[in-house]
Amino acid sequence: MRGFFAMISCWVLLASVAGAKEEVVLGLSRNTVSITTNFDGSEILVFGAVKRETPIPAGSDLEVIVTVAGPSYPVLVRRKEKRFGIWVNTDAVEVDRAPSFYAINTSGPLDDILSAVEDQRHKITIPQAIRSVGAPQSISDAGAFTQSLIRIRKKSNLYQRNEGAVTVEEQTLFRTSVTLPAALTEGGYDTRIYLMRGGSVVAQYETIIDVRKVGLERWLFKLSREQSLIYGLLSLAIAIAAGWGASAVFGLLRR
Amino acid sequence: MQIYLPIAEVSVNAFLLLGLGGIVGILSGMFGVGGGFLMTPLLFFIGIPPAVAVATEANQIVASSFSGVLAHFKRKTVDLRMGTVLLVGGLVGAALGVMVFNYLKAQGQVDLLVKLCYVVFLGVIGGLMFIESLKAIRNTKRGKAPKRKKHNWIHGLPLKMRFRVSGLYISVIPPLIVGVAVGVLAAIMGVGGGFIMVPAMIYLLGMPTKVVVGTSLFQIIFVTAFTTMLHATTNFTVDIVLAVLLLVGGVVGAQIGTRIGIKMKAEQLRILLAIMVLVVCGKLALELLLQPAELYSIGTEGH
Repeated sequence: MRGFFAMISCWVLLASVAGAKEEVVLGLSRNTVSITTNFDGSEILVFGAVKRETPIPAGSDLEVIVTVAGPSYPVLVRRKEKRFGIWVNTDAVEVDRAPSFYAINTSGPLDDILSAVEDQRHKITIPQAIRSVGAPQSISDAGAFTQSLIRIRKKSNLYQRNEGAVTVEEQTLFRTSVTLPAALTEGGYDTRIYLMRGGSVVAQYETIIDVRKVGLERWLFKLSREQSLIYGLLSLAIAIAAGWGASAVFGLLRR
Repeated sequence: MQIYLPIAEVSVNAFLLLGLGGIVGILSGMFGVGGGFLMTPLLFFIGIPPAVAVATEANQIVASSFSGVLAHFKRKTVDLRMGTVLLVGGLVGAALGVMVFNYLKAQGQVDLLVKLCYVVFLGVIGGLMFIESLKAIRNTKRGKAPKRKKHNWIHGLPLKMRFRVSGLYISVIPPLIVGVAVGVLAAIMGVGGGFIMVPAMIYLLGMPTKVVVGTSLFQIIFVTAFTTMLHATTNFTVDIVLAVLLLVGGVVGAQIGTRIGIKMKAEQLRILLAIMVLVVCGKLALELLLQPAELYSIGTEGH
């Protein structure tokens, strides 16, 4: 029932760009993701329509870009080098803000539908979504650290670039699905939809998908942060009880 | 069956964790080591963040050691007096070790030092034990009686105390020093320290192997409980769900391991432990020497 209301409430109209002739009407299959004990990733269906009062503009076709970004945190990237015959962490660069998750789904090849200028303005692609300023002076190739961060997170599916994953019908209806991996961080996941024509953004829509731990997960997480002493004692009590329990059970079995 | 871990924030297979806990538990019961030096690298490998792995592992060792020590209590193979002396040294050492650890962390090379510590200590201890137990096995085959209670400089020290269960009458100074040294290393390396203490008790203090295992487990319980509390209250990195999965396997394994250990000969037990220590040492040495597939690594900061 809650899901149904959530779905209805997502059907909100928004006039994002002043004077724009085309607007996004959006639906999400869910706007909250609950992390329960058996959470194993999640798939979110993003669908919608383009609302317009005038005929479909001639010229370039409508393209759609959907991005979902998790909460951003500073990240320290280290590099190993061979020193005295062994591999040692030497240089480190702090990336000021990097999203913990970033998916970019498009209706076509990104380089064709998005111009570099628009990318810089709206910060759409993954390298743009990461903010890195001021590497230490001793490091000349700071870019390599950001690239490695992207490479490592792409491998674990935390950063995704899915070109052609958005289907657009009749230049009006669009839909795509975003796969969230199991290793999710809590927070608001910023979801943006861009309507593109000729490489520029003609309309934009923004909403937030809420990712939250619920039930036991929530309780344990809160306890560990707010009542850490009790949490620690609880961990020890469980350990002692389990140790004693196994010993007692095996003692009975031997008899 | 996938389970989401609330503190580690990753989803893992529950059966995999139960199995890992079981295997490490068996080894723990057999050799009187906490098993942390095996489990912690395994947890890194399946994608648990290192800080969570180290802290949670300490909690799991409490459970498996407790389970193991109860089995040893029934057989009266725990020297409580020796255990207490070692423990006093161990807690002092652990406090010192945490200070050293924080100093090294500030220097930014703590990972390397931990690994180097592992390689050096595992290599030396494993090598020495391996050679010694081979000799012992050869001697028993030839029918020579093994020499016990060698008299050396340790027996000339003051403050003598009688350790009835171990059949020793020695000064408390060597066990205290062993305790402190193990405590320091345990805090730096994030393990219970059994794999260092067991050989130290056998070769330095001259304790009988059967008593060594139970006594070592007894001391490990307290040191790891101390570590768990420290991690839970300062770093918030103890994952209780992960701990439960590991310790369910671990306590069962420890019971089985203790029974296997009692049936085996002391020399065989020692040579197996030596081989295991050498294998882990070799693996870590290779990691340092070979070029890693990924030169870059991600660490969080201020999160």
